[in-house]
Amino acid sequence: MTFLAKPKLHHPALKPNELGYTRRDYEGSISTLCAGCGHDSISAAIIQAVYQMNLPPHRIAKLSGIGCSSKTPTYFLGNSHGFNSVHGRMPSVLTGANLANRDLIYLGVSGDGDSASIGLGQFAHAIRRGVNMTYIVENNGVYGLTKGQFSATADRGSKSKKGAINADESIDMVALALQLGATFVARSFSGDKTQLVPLIEAALNHQGAAFIDVISPCVAFNNHTGSTKAFDYVREHNEAVNYMDVITPRAPITVEYAQGAVEDVTQHDGTKLRLRKLAATYDVHDRNGAMAYLQTRKAAGEIVTGLLFVDPEAEDLHVSLNTAKTPLKDFNDPHLCPGSQALDKLNASLR
Amino acid sequence: MQTTDITNPEYFHKVVDCQWACPAHTPVPEYIRLIAAGRYSDAYMINWKSNVFPGVLGRTCDRPCEPACRRGRVEEENQAKPEPVAICRLKRVAADYKDKDDINGRMPAIPTQKNGKRVALVGAGPAALTVARDLMPLGYSVTIYDGESRAGGFIRSQIPKFRLPESVIDEETGYILDMGVETRFGQRVDSLKALLADDYDAVFIGCGAPRGRDLDVPGRQEAAANIHIGIDWLASVSFGHITHVGKRVIVLGGGNTAMDCCRSSRRLGGEEVKVVVRSGFDEMKASPWEKEDAIHEGIPILNYHVPKAFVHENGKLVGMTFDKVKPELDGHGRRSLVPTGEPEVFIPCDDVLVAIGQENSFPWIERDVGVEFGKDGLPVLNAATFQSTNKKVFFGGDAAFGPKNIIWAVAHGHDAAISIHKMLSGEDVTDRPPPLVNLISQKMGIHEWSYDNQIENDKRYRVPLRGLDTALADIKVEVELGFDQKLGFQEAQRCLNCDVQTVFESRLCIECDACVDICPMDCITFTPDGEEADIRTRLSAPAMNLGQALYVADGLKTGRAMIKDEDVCLHCGLCAERCPTGAWDMQKSYIEMSHAGSACRSR
Repeated sequence: MTFLAKPKLHHPALKPNELGYTRRDYEGSISTLCAGCGHDSISAAIIQAVYQMNLPPHRIAKLSGIGCSSKTPTYFLGNSHGFNSVHGRMPSVLTGANLANRDLIYLGVSGDGDSASIGLGQFAHAIRRGVNMTYIVENNGVYGLTKGQFSATADRGSKSKKGAINADESIDMVALALQLGATFVARSFSGDKTQLVPLIEAALNHQGAAFIDVISPCVAFNNHTGSTKAFDYVREHNEAVNYMDVITPRAPITVEYAQGAVEDVTQHDGTKLRLRKLAATYDVHDRNGAMAYLQTRKAAGEIVTGLLFVDPEAEDLHVSLNTAKTPLKDFNDPHLCPGSQALDKLNASLR
Repeated sequence: MQTTDITNPEYFHKVVDCQWACPAHTPVPEYIRLIAAGRYSDAYMINWKSNVFPGVLGRTCDRPCEPACRRGRVEEENQAKPEPVAICRLKRVAADYKDKDDINGRMPAIPTQKNGKRVALVGAGPAALTVARDLMPLGYSVTIYDGESRAGGFIRSQIPKFRLPESVIDEETGYILDMGVETRFGQRVDSLKALLADDYDAVFIGCGAPRGRDLDVPGRQEAAANIHIGIDWLASVSFGHITHVGKRVIVLGGGNTAMDCCRSSRRLGGEEVKVVVRSGFDEMKASPWEKEDAIHEGIPILNYHVPKAFVHENGKLVGMTFDKVKPELDGHGRRSLVPTGEPEVFIPCDDVLVAIGQENSFPWIERDVGVEFGKDGLPVLNAATFQSTNKKVFFGGDAAFGPKNIIWAVAHGHDAAISIHKMLSGEDVTDRPPPLVNLISQKMGIHEWSYDNQIENDKRYRVPLRGLDTALADIKVEVELGFDQKLGFQEAQRCLNCDVQTVFESRLCIECDACVDICPMDCITFTPDGEEADIRTRLSAPAMNLGQALYVADGLKTGRAMIKDEDVCLHCGLCAERCPTGAWDMQKSYIEMSHAGSACRSR
């Protein structure tokens, strides 16, 4: 919690993006989360990604539920649309908003309590319907607002701050997302922006259900020895399968990498994901392989991060529902109520 | 890179740009905070200890602190024309609003039992008065000689009264003379040999650079009656010997003396006063604000005019001719002034004031008293101790290294006093005392800091001026009215408190990135260590100002290094505010220079 306002002054070399906005223009109010919270780093990563992508803030809608993580949309993209929904109900509000106005970019921000406990059903259905969105779970494995009980993503055998051992099996959100048909699945760590920022960019570009599980240590209740979501633990057990750069047609990146270590994945909108592979045999197009790999590495005590699965040809809910290209919100009365003659015609066709 | 040693007294001192730039190293942010708190007497005493003449300097200082001020580097709308904190004019606020009775009670106690050592000071200017101030409380018997009848030196004779009222000089020279200094005013020293023979244990020479440079072009002799040397003319004005000048005046020269000459002329009957300068406007030696003040009083400045001749008719000056020049770069990138080929310019005038520089002059120092002089006519000195080749003789102020300004003279005086005290205590004068450095945490509680760190963009406040009509009517009426208490508070709040340092403790850091994310200036980076030149380019924001340090700390768990660019840090404390483990703390670095006394020997 901080009472000071962040000064408007900024570095003299701060560059505006193509829209003329600096990174600072994408900030929100000052965070009221605990000092050191991983969620603040994720907010910073979102700000960085959106700034780099030259996205106009008013074309983005950020939605969240309840919890520490769901407070964060106040702290980034202060000029974007926001909706703070009921606990665990962010996915359905997002789905509804997306159906009404397909022209906005949807960013759902949730936590492990909001998405893996009270909202697990909501999460599952938004993913399996393929809603075009970026769904970020800020995962700290603990109920911070109620002072440190295990959440549903806490690993079995991990220790609480008070010393209790978790006896329940954890829910692996990434495994769920893969199983439920998400077309972009990634895991990252709040303490590794080099990996996280491009993942957020790629997810925002992705035309389908994109899911990122971000491990985000809770400094107040889950950053001790025995926790599997602590800074030190995640750093020691982080097994990144790849790092990547997002290459837009307008701003190509010309960094040279060693042959064989690089794979380009071209997305629907023409952006390229240039993957620097760390696990040589890992295939980001193989859903089943990804699921198996995750389970094996988990058994070995590792936390797999990076882009885990992507379907560059993904299609979203609007395609499967065959909705009009025009956002539904733009249909006016003559469109929606064509008159009695049209009704008579329709009735006649059914006789 | 080398891990930063914050115990080195210079490290944090350099971060406090204003204090570092000040020759006397006055703890600027500390006194500005006291002004904001309305504690004017406390603010005055911090100044008085460090720079001896707060009221004088608060009106006349050359302010090397202000171009250095961080505020000028960090405000976006400030990049083209920096608007530093008005440090100098805030000093005046402390002097104007202090409680005089309180100040009198705070003056150092002077021992009634003297230590038996006698020191002679030649000249009663700022350098010598500083030596007296430092030595009197130690029990020395100090005798001060000056040809004039009152103390102050150039402070009194050169600075026009409309910039510095006599009462301020009397007050601040008085604090020193009242310590019991023996004065021999009106007694010009004409032989160093005689002075040394008088059995003084040490002699300090602070006689200034008293000779104004002349301009030897045709007509100089013939029209001499209306051609005046700037500094002599100013002294005559100051002492009331000159009360009038012609209607049309040309002032030659581009320094601060020229600015004083032209502004004085406007008050003594000069209606068409022009400053004519050989160089371009930006290359002029005068401080930007002094040029501004002259222009404000309706005085045009003509640049790139080289004096050619004084024109006279029947022995009476009627004007001057000039050649026009332009700047040109030679093959080595050096600027030189070359004739434009245009016809010469004639400017009519009744009087000319020549303010093209000052020179040192020591006709009264015999060449066989052991004081050696260099080719430049200046004494051969140890630059740190101010001791001449005669161990008993010390120099300071303009007499030491040529013409500078008051604040340099004060700094010299402090250093010379240390040397004199060490020499007369039988110690090695070259062993210089380090400053006192005190680092104190400013954390008062959760989210509570003992300094005001809500930093906003805020333009510099203007010092109110007297209207031109009344200002130009009387040469003794002070032009600047000074900040009132409200404006003083507002201006004081612009100070960034650069002395409240960000202190980092690697041992406590969990590398959560909170500080990196919150820093408004993107100063902080956690990155693999490397060479400085490489690191400077891959920081959160590039650090291109090589004059400012990178704060480097290793010992982090991931093996990376914490690198903080000190250049544009706002000292807002958000890094410490957002740090979950207290690895960052805001600690005030109070840096106080050692002056003559027990501290200069034991520290």
